[in-house]
Amino acid sequence: MKFMKYLFTGILFGIVLTKAEVISWYRIYEMFSFQSFHMYGVIGSAVLLGVVITQSIKHFKLKSIEGEPIKVESKFPDFWRYLIGGTCFGLGWAMTGACPGPMFILVGYGASVFGLVILSAMFGTFLYGVLRKHLPH
Amino acid sequence: MLDWISQPWPWYVAGPLISVVMFLMLYFGKKFGVSSNLRTMCSMVGAGKVSEFFRFNWKEDIWNLVFVLGGLIGGYIAKEYLSVSESVGISEATIIQLKALGIENPGSTYLPESIFTWEALSTPKYALMLIIGGVLVGFGTRYAGGCTSGHAISGLSNLQWPSLIAVIGFFIGGLIMTHFILPFLLTT
Repeated sequence: MKFMKYLFTGILFGIVLTKAEVISWYRIYEMFSFQSFHMYGVIGSAVLLGVVITQSIKHFKLKSIEGEPIKVESKFPDFWRYLIGGTCFGLGWAMTGACPGPMFILVGYGASVFGLVILSAMFGTFLYGVLRKHLPH
Repeated sequence: MLDWISQPWPWYVAGPLISVVMFLMLYFGKKFGVSSNLRTMCSMVGAGKVSEFFRFNWKEDIWNLVFVLGGLIGGYIAKEYLSVSESVGISEATIIQLKALGIENPGSTYLPESIFTWEALSTPKYALMLIIGGVLVGFGTRYAGGCTSGHAISGLSNLQWPSLIAVIGFFIGGLIMTHFILPFLLTT
């Protein structure tokens, strides 16, 4: 039962990304072609309100549903991992038109072939796990 | 009301709702980051036997798997009950450009059917697009320590430099793919 709240939040997430066409390959192609404001509006407004939310959580020391102070995780101050990893991610994102969230949402949408993309992404993550000691971070 | 819901949602509705999703996950004492699930799933199927990177108690991350399962259900609900049309409102310029690249009826459905169906996999280049694209996403997201949700939304919201570098990387990769590789792939 304790998992129900994640399920419902996930359902909201899936509905929003589907209804705003964010899961469409066309929208990602259009974004990287700078031919519409749509995706920039979605991400930009999410970040803008996200900044207000995150900074408020920190400033007012808000507590979680369990009464613990909410922790906002910070990333390590590396450089190359973000640039190189990010670039690999961007290549794949533009190719499949899907980042990890939409891959799953698209399967529910009926594009079951994205099951293959998810398996491939798992394999990519596996490759990172195996190779990471040899990669610049 | 249902009339309005069944139309495509504008960016100023979707963006803030994504922030609400992020807030809810933080409020539940967790975080908003989808790609960690790929690592969890690797761990579940035994990748820990090969690399210590996958040796952790994946049962503690079931909440995140439940979240993406919800996403999947949400995709189904949105399509079956909350939509009247399958078309995507992309710009005229994009439609013209994609037609020139040989895509039929761009935007008439969510995905180009010539690429994203099981039948299309019999064309090797499309099969490779899905597989290599998927591998790049999975490899890149773990290397960079997050995807669009973890870096672009959560990370930028936390005003942290690493996420800005990652997002710049997302765009370097996305621009190279869209402007140099895809035109070549789609027309050969």
